[in-house]
Amino acid sequence: MPLMNVYTAPHLGRDNPPIERIDVQSVHAPGKPRQPLYEKRKKIFPKRADGRFRRFKWLVMLITLGIYYLTPWIPWDRGPFAPDQAVLVDLANRRFYFFFIEIWPQEFFFIAGLLVMAGFGLFLVTSAVGRAWCGYACPQTVWVDLFLAVERFIEGDRNARMKLDAAPWTFGKLWRRVTKHAIWLVIAAATGGAWIFYFADAPSLAFDFITGEAAMVAYSTVAILTATTYVLGGLMREQVCIYMCPWPRIQGAMLDENSLVVTYNDWRGEPHSRHAKKAVAAGLPVGDCTDCNACVAACPMGIDIRDGQQMACITCALCIDACDGVMDKVGKPRGLIAYATLDEYEANMALATNNGTTAIDPARVRNPDGSFVDKVRHFDWTIVFRLRTLVYFGVWTAIGLGLVYALLSRDRLEINVLHDRNPQFVLESDGSIRNGYTVRLLNMIPEPRTILLSMEGLPEATMKIIGVTEVPGRLFAIQVEPDRTLALKVFVTLPKSAVSAEVTDFHFVAEDRSSHEADSYAAVFNTPGMGK
Amino acid sequence: MPDKHIDDVSGVETTGHEWDGIRELNNPMPRWWIYTFYATILWALAYTVLYPAWPMLTDATKGVFGYSSRAELAADVNAAKVAQGAVLEKISNSSLEDIVADPQLAQFATAGGAAAFRVNCTPCHGTGAAGGQGYPNLNDDDWLWGGDINSIYQTIAHGIRDPADQETRISEMPAFADILQPEEVRQVAAYVTSLTGTPGDVSLVEPGKQVFADNCASCHGENAGGHRELGGPNLADAIWLKVEGEAEIAAQVRSPKHGVMPAWEGRLGDATVKQLAVYIHSLGGGE
Repeated sequence: MPLMNVYTAPHLGRDNPPIERIDVQSVHAPGKPRQPLYEKRKKIFPKRADGRFRRFKWLVMLITLGIYYLTPWIPWDRGPFAPDQAVLVDLANRRFYFFFIEIWPQEFFFIAGLLVMAGFGLFLVTSAVGRAWCGYACPQTVWVDLFLAVERFIEGDRNARMKLDAAPWTFGKLWRRVTKHAIWLVIAAATGGAWIFYFADAPSLAFDFITGEAAMVAYSTVAILTATTYVLGGLMREQVCIYMCPWPRIQGAMLDENSLVVTYNDWRGEPHSRHAKKAVAAGLPVGDCTDCNACVAACPMGIDIRDGQQMACITCALCIDACDGVMDKVGKPRGLIAYATLDEYEANMALATNNGTTAIDPARVRNPDGSFVDKVRHFDWTIVFRLRTLVYFGVWTAIGLGLVYALLSRDRLEINVLHDRNPQFVLESDGSIRNGYTVRLLNMIPEPRTILLSMEGLPEATMKIIGVTEVPGRLFAIQVEPDRTLALKVFVTLPKSAVSAEVTDFHFVAEDRSSHEADSYAAVFNTPGMGK
Repeated sequence: MPDKHIDDVSGVETTGHEWDGIRELNNPMPRWWIYTFYATILWALAYTVLYPAWPMLTDATKGVFGYSSRAELAADVNAAKVAQGAVLEKISNSSLEDIVADPQLAQFATAGGAAAFRVNCTPCHGTGAAGGQGYPNLNDDDWLWGGDINSIYQTIAHGIRDPADQETRISEMPAFADILQPEEVRQVAAYVTSLTGTPGDVSLVEPGKQVFADNCASCHGENAGGHRELGGPNLADAIWLKVEGEAEIAAQVRSPKHGVMPAWEGRLGDATVKQLAVYIHSLGGGE
């Protein structure tokens, strides 16, 4: 009987005195199971996997770590007035260098655009091939993989490591542990160390760093990143993905029934049996899964993929490699654990269970000779090209092309003008009106330039540039240092005869005649008549 | 309290809270997480011991480190002053011409002068140094006492008509109501107006010119072009400091108003006055 709400429960009739039923339970009931409040971490000893996904992960690790460690050391000649490091974030001078591209702070939208592209790229990849970022390219995954390789090299594979972990502290255990952590720390320090080279001239910073001459911030950055790499990659591993990272939870929302996820195909694996021959002899249905647990042993996250798709699965696909190896040994087709879409899996499941009316019956998906029946759906690459992924790809491409266009068409010579606000104009003793402007000339190339500053419009007016000339004129040649902004105080004077009550628009024009670049800025000339 | 409930899918007990059929799984937290939480509590407690924190009746605990944000600010200000000390000393020991000639000193002096201007000068001269009626605009090229940098310095240092300063600039236009006939005042007002505009009665201009030559030219110059040594304003330019229009000119002739500017050297010190001079000189009217 469903519980009644004590506030709305009707009286049950005159014959029965209204007795209030109170919705309460004893707090300390005997035999109530007590859930532990906090869980001790269970150690995971992933077994080495072999196969195409493992090889692919080695390759990805090599490429990503190679990019990370080596990029700051790539030289790139930009002439005598700019750094010769291919990738450099020059925070002190507020410049970002990326090979042939130099970005000023006001061009940060390029970076923002790249971030938007990265976002859409992630949507694209996730909707097509699932959590590929988590499984292959995430720094956490890559470094944990590296740290595990070191651990395996020093302490041996899963069984040896479990034995060592359980063993008492002997000299043999001690030196292995010390060596492992020492190598981890070296890797961590190299990781933290590589980071700072993106922000300064790498060779000179390396020299300064070793000789103790580098800035305090360099040492503290390296120390912090060394600590985080060591702790997150070496010690915390899967805990980071499960408890700290928000991404698995977000990413789950991006998957749909056509996304590739690492799947245990229980429609062909169940009923699993450790004694398949006996079971077959007894006439029982037998699936492909031998319950060898190779997939569980190989998992760096410590999960059983046979429990189905789950948040803790980073889809590194090492269970696929492990299972494929077993399937090869027992002479069954590969793919008991495989990348599959939910759609495909459910179709096959429906086939194996006769639309859910029976238990999984391997005979429904297999011919007597062991091959799959024709109705079994296999993975089809064309599913990657569907509306959702094409839209993501379209947006991603559009932003990319937009950025390329912006990059190719951007100005390397710019002028900015700020009108004096107070006073807006000055009356001179001869009755002429003077307006003050701060004119900024931006020479955005690493070469010195002669920039011609002139006025367009306001034909009677003349300008005077403080520190450049005492003689008024309308065209001045200004030397601007390489890759610098030059701020000029410019006074424009309009003779009394030309002063009108109107607000007068004109343009400041900056021009580099040798490179045929020009930029102009719309300015306003204020007069007393316009009202303050 | 609702029934104990075990989630079918995960086999995990729920907390018993339910929202529209959605229940919260009661999974245990990782132990390291709770240790981290305890560590933050310890950190917070240690923080309140080391830094000012606990409110008492009249004050708060000072903290073992004796930290105070006010003291830190004071230290920062002192450090900035020490850092500026060398430059300020250089400014004190240099002539104004040398300061202007050295780009680094000039930049420092202009910025410092602008800051000092905002604090000390804006009440009369305005935030943009554009002045107002009776208060000179320092942007223009019309200078009562001279627009070269040394004259500007002299004016700021010793003020104008400041009785407390020995070297202050002094000029006193007499009240001509006692000297001239009312008709003569009207005539001279018409003449002065005619220099830059059209007076109401043109016939008064000629006699006014004579009145001017006899009574005013000694201070205002023969052509009313001003006399900077005496602080006599130029009456032939477009800029009118105190009055505008013929009637007001006549009133000023009869009973002149005089502005007073205090001497700043004693209050601000020589280095600041020099910076102010550099700043004022850079505004566009400097000579």
